Amino acid sequence: MNDNILELRGITKYFPGIKALDGVDLNIRPGEVHALIGENGAGKSTLVKILTGVYTPTEGKIFYKGKSVSFKNALEAQASGITAIHQEASMFSELSVAENIYMGHHLKTGKFPGSLDWRGMRKKTKALLDDLELDIHPDTLIKNLGVAQRHMVEIAKALSIDAQVVIMDEPTSALTLREVEDLYRIVRRLKEEGKAIIFISHKFDEIFEITDYFTVLRDGRYIGEGNVKESTVDDIVKMMVGRSLDQMYPESNAKIGDVILEAEGISQTGFFKDVSFKLHKGEILGFFGLVGAGRTEVMRSIFGIDKLSNGTVSINGKRVHIHNPKDAMDMGLAYVPEDRQNQGVILDMDLSKNITLPQIDNISPGTLIDKKKEKEITNEFGSMMEIKCAGYHVNANTLSGGNQQKVVLAKWLATKPAVLILDEPTKGIDVATKASVHKFVSELAAEGLGVILISSELPEVLGMADRVIVMHEGLITGEFTREEANSENIIRAATGTTDDIGGAA
Amino acid sequence: MKRFLRTREFNLIILIVVLMIIVAFRAPHFLSGENIERIINDTSILIMVSIGQFFVILTGGIDLSVGSVIAFSGMAASMLNQYQPGIPAAIVFLVGVVIGLALGMINGAIVAFGKVPPIITTLGTMSIFRGFTFVLSKGQWVTAHEMTESYMAIPHGSFLGLTNLIWAAIIISAITYYFSRYTRTGREVYAIGGNKVAARFVGVKEEKINFIIFAISGILCGIAGVMWTSRYAAAVNETATGFELQTVAACVLGGVSIAGGSGAVPGVILGALFLGIINNALPVINLSPFFQMFIQGFVVLLAMFVNTMMDKRNEKLLLNRRRA
Repeated sequence: MNDNILELRGITKYFPGIKALDGVDLNIRPGEVHALIGENGAGKSTLVKILTGVYTPTEGKIFYKGKSVSFKNALEAQASGITAIHQEASMFSELSVAENIYMGHHLKTGKFPGSLDWRGMRKKTKALLDDLELDIHPDTLIKNLGVAQRHMVEIAKALSIDAQVVIMDEPTSALTLREVEDLYRIVRRLKEEGKAIIFISHKFDEIFEITDYFTVLRDGRYIGEGNVKESTVDDIVKMMVGRSLDQMYPESNAKIGDVILEAEGISQTGFFKDVSFKLHKGEILGFFGLVGAGRTEVMRSIFGIDKLSNGTVSINGKRVHIHNPKDAMDMGLAYVPEDRQNQGVILDMDLSKNITLPQIDNISPGTLIDKKKEKEITNEFGSMMEIKCAGYHVNANTLSGGNQQKVVLAKWLATKPAVLILDEPTKGIDVATKASVHKFVSELAAEGLGVILISSELPEVLGMADRVIVMHEGLITGEFTREEANSENIIRAATGTTDDIGGAA
Repeated sequence: MKRFLRTREFNLIILIVVLMIIVAFRAPHFLSGENIERIINDTSILIMVSIGQFFVILTGGIDLSVGSVIAFSGMAASMLNQYQPGIPAAIVFLVGVVIGLALGMINGAIVAFGKVPPIITTLGTMSIFRGFTFVLSKGQWVTAHEMTESYMAIPHGSFLGLTNLIWAAIIISAITYYFSRYTRTGREVYAIGGNKVAARFVGVKEEKINFIIFAISGILCGIAGVMWTSRYAAAVNETATGFELQTVAACVLGGVSIAGGSGAVPGVILGALFLGIINNALPVINLSPFFQMFIQGFVVLLAMFVNTMMDKRNEKLLLNRRRA
């Protein structure tokens, strides 16, 4: 009846008490890259899990190659040719590439019951890798591969089972620009071979670069679809959030004051070298760079988590020695780490304990905790961040990711810092929460805080920062004022192709 | 109140009541006040050592050396009593506690400053401390007629109708409960167990906390060592062998996550009581001793299973609320 390889009609999924998906339609054609777009919680992951047989839909039909199907489990979906490459590659790091690729569908020799054909698997793995133009040996252990290479191995795995539909869930989130290019090359090849690709992404540049068609979900509902070439970012954002975000980035009206934090020639062997910068009161200083450029390491060592091997740090013009996070906090620094699940919140702890943890000194003058003070702080900063929760006594694991991020921000703001270091504060949170974080950050700067904003999202850096410092392989390779900064010169500096500041090899 | 009905503590109370009713069918005198007091008396040592174990597990570690610390501090205190009968029992008791503290601090120092994982550290010190015990005693026992009356009276003396042993368990429970909930260090223990990295980022000193919790475990084992040897009027080299597993079982039954970060003192007390009741009930219902170990293990597993099922149900409810 049509040329769709995969069709969803009216897919509805109830979890006890809530409707995660509500009548979703999806049309996937072979030889096409299909972007699945939606905010966090829009239902993308649930949909992927239904496609790959992890969940069964409550209502609705899945047609695959024209036939109605229902997958009982992930193996069945995989066997019929639908496979997903996950965000955080789910691999066995102590096993080899070949073992990983054939995990779950080992080749057998047939000589003895259960005997495996390792030679065959190695040979086929080699062929697959060559086919993808990857320089990886089949016997290499996964733990010795970089993030990007692991992704490529996942793709090879998808090909090894002759997948017809390949689902990629934010595949570029951990890749460098060059690796992203490699990925694009492979996606285009798959497309030429007539595979259907479902591409989940939060990044518009990548949606416009690589995808042909898109479907937007919001609150578990199908909102619309369209041809990427005939659409604009505004159209898609409107569909995602249900309104247009006329002003994505808040106006900056902070007065830039005196230097509050200064680093001079700081180094940490193996991570960054000879980094110097000044942060002023009321300033938002952007730190841009690719993953692994050393930005996080710079901040961690300023905050006393790691040790500096060289250089000096001054606060308000006075040289300081920060040996541990506590020293840093006492001097008015706050560091909101990138990975909120692993470094930010304590999931098994309630919100008020989470929020007051950084200033446990403050709320327990002797050895006992002053519960009244704890409550006051929690109420003040919890309501300031508009945390959506059933009360501050609930554990952090009952909150959504965006609200967990607000808890992390609340706990650091509660320390009343003079310098706030934000490491990828909007990574993985939805557009609406993102906008509120941005608004909040510029308000803080207006109040005279110095803010360091580490971000890998170019629009965020361009939109928010008064000044941008760009790092590449542990060195500062560029510094631009808001007026000078544009995507071209920043990217040039970030990839080390600049020639105006030396040292980047 | 509604929240309490969903807790692990509440599940355990139900389990304990059910267990006691079942046993009472076979042996009605099991529910007599006298017998219940005996059970609690018998379980007091397990309660205090389990609480020490609880703090270690709360940080994500484990203390396998508790049995050996009990044996050594108990042996040392008993020998002091044997060779210097003139020293008052209270001083002997304190010496035992200080020895327990010292051994706990050795564990703590190795874990905190030597960065050796707790399971490895205490696996080593478990043998070392047990070895110390043999070296100290030259393989000899200290028996009832070698101990003074006042030493043997430490756990048996009574106050307001309860034995000193029960009072010790009550006081320790109250102090540790208070410590875990209302003090800054208690909060930091939860923080380290819940998320080491996040805790470090806010200035919690992991080394300090690790050292403190092993010291606490050591103190409680020291108390337990004196209580054990004086109660049974014998200090043998094999005292409390295998006791570490019972303390871990009490914690796990009481809802303490082996991964660290969650659990509470009341749960641990109930977990220990549950084990104590089983230990007491099996002989009472005239079960062949050959079956006792088997039944013990079986009931513990069954209780764990029921608990896990209930936790899963609660988790589901929680997830639904989060999505809604």
